Amino acid sequence: MTAIRARRLSKRYGGTTAVADLSFDVEPGRVTGFLGPNGAGKSTTMRMILGLDRPSGGSVLVDGRPYHELRHPLRKVGALLDAKAVHGGRSARNHLLAIAHSNGIPASRVNEVLETVGLREVAGRRIGGFSLGMSQRLGIAAALLGDPEILLFDEPVNGLDPDGILWIRTFMRELAAEGRTVFVSSHLMSEMAQTADHLIVIGRGSLIADTSVTEFIGRSSQGYVRVRSPRLAEVADLIKVGEPHPGHLRVTGMSTLEIGTITARAGIPLEELTYVRPSLEAAYMELTKDSLEYTS
Amino acid sequence: MKHILRSEWTKIRSVRSTVWTLTVTAALMLGFSALLNASARNTSGGPIPGDQTIMLSLTGTLLASLSMATLGVLVISSEYRTGAIRTSLMAVPKRMSLLTGKIVTFVAISLAVCTVAAAGAIGVGAAISQPPSFELGEAARSALGSGLYLTACGLFGLGLGTLVRHTPGAIVSAIALILVLPTIANQLPGEWGRTVAEHFTTNAGLLIVSGQANGSLGPWSGFAVYLAWVALAITAGAALMRHRDA
Ligand SMILES: Nc1ncnc2c1ncn2[C@@H]1O[C@H](COP(=O)(O)OP(=O)(O)OP(=O)(O)O)[C@@H](O)[C@H]1O
Ligand SMILES: [Mg+2]
Repeated sequence: MTAIRARRLSKRYGGTTAVADLSFDVEPGRVTGFLGPNGAGKSTTMRMILGLDRPSGGSVLVDGRPYHELRHPLRKVGALLDAKAVHGGRSARNHLLAIAHSNGIPASRVNEVLETVGLREVAGRRIGGFSLGMSQRLGIAAALLGDPEILLFDEPVNGLDPDGILWIRTFMRELAAEGRTVFVSSHLMSEMAQTADHLIVIGRGSLIADTSVTEFIGRSSQGYVRVRSPRLAEVADLIKVGEPHPGHLRVTGMSTLEIGTITARAGIPLEELTYVRPSLEAAYMELTKDSLEYTS
Repeated sequence: MKHILRSEWTKIRSVRSTVWTLTVTAALMLGFSALLNASARNTSGGPIPGDQTIMLSLTGTLLASLSMATLGVLVISSEYRTGAIRTSLMAVPKRMSLLTGKIVTFVAISLAVCTVAAAGAIGVGAAISQPPSFELGEAARSALGSGLYLTACGLFGLGLGTLVRHTPGAIVSAIALILVLPTIANQLPGEWGRTVAEHFTTNAGLLIVSGQANGSLGPWSGFAVYLAWVALAITAGAALMRHRDA
């Protein structure tokens, strides 16, 4: 069963269109990265999935139903939107207890999830004093309370140190390996490349790509061959398709073997003949460059 | 609803602002009672009648209405301020159920605390002023009236908090509607002006504390009119909460 199904989803805030005619499916058992530059509409889409913001058009279903029709939603869906959006005066335990009670989740789960995210020792402390990393962990604990099949994380690694990033990344992979649906947003391709199996890329609220990570790399950007030679001008003449760059030639559409064979026949010595793999970041930049909200 | 009530009870008991506003409420009730009864006893030559003792003992209600309104505002506005409202709505996406849960929890706590505080204030007052005769039934009715009135003021705050979402804005509106505007309404000229003033928020609501009638309303009908004002604020807040983005 498709975990999350968006159809022609739109959201306008006054004059700004945050999400425009967006359709996609999120499937269980894998990490789906939700990627887009700042202001692309990722958080808005997540709020609509969770019934917090009302779509201006279209619909989004969670496990086949609108979110607000789920009886005990937290037992089906867990989400971390904004880790700092909590009442700072409460202890971590009471914060989680209030959430657990609302969905009839046994209080014993509170200690379990505190243990899972490593906050057991600070359970009695006011959460206003938590660091960003601790708040993120608390947010994840809240998302896990109902042992949900579907998990949504909005930029969960924002502001975390490398240890924290690695922890969250590993954790999301584990959740997906257990067969759960993991839908996680980010504006960094490099981040998603290491975590996600599948990508949904949006820009200015519209869908740009809906593809597996491998396919994305292959499709969106070609690699090239870098050729250096003391007689570069002759090489350029010979192979015709080369693109001149300072000190070297970039060739797309020919293999290193083909280029090497041609230059060897002509007796031209080469300094370098390298296949340069496409960079994921470059592919992503290429894709989203038309839809950047804010360019520096 | 049982789950939601447990959740709201956990929320309200686990923040300091609840303890603070309730403590201030009780302190105002007891403090004013002690102060006013002591000074009445010192200035009056003879004994103070029982019904006057009760009236003096409940004077703190006038100011305690603001601390209770503040608690009512905070029950909802603190969630909007911090963004925690999103967590609450993810857990309880049926917004009217969430609001109902908050209202029921608040009413239960407020009625209990305020009625006990009012009874305590009467007890303290009677102990100080030593009235020759003292009607227990009248005392109980007044304490309950004060508890009801203070709870209604808190609900007024809760409604305004839902409507305005912004803590200072909601508290200022509550002060205006509970304390300032009723006094101004009393200055309205003519027969028509008097009727408006008598029906205006706490001018009507306070009748249940004094147990007296004004020109148009008795204690209970006055309280009913006040509840209608409160219901108006809550209904308006609820309508907005239903439709706007969280
Ligand atoms: N409540 C709101 N009122 C008005 N405009 C909004 C609101 N929420 C979002 N927007 C606008 O909608 C657009 C999409 O915002 P959104 O926060 O969904 O983007 P995002 O992809 O999450 O960005 P980021 O990577 O910065 O978190 C932006 O132009 C934003 O300014
Ligand atoms: Mg965002």
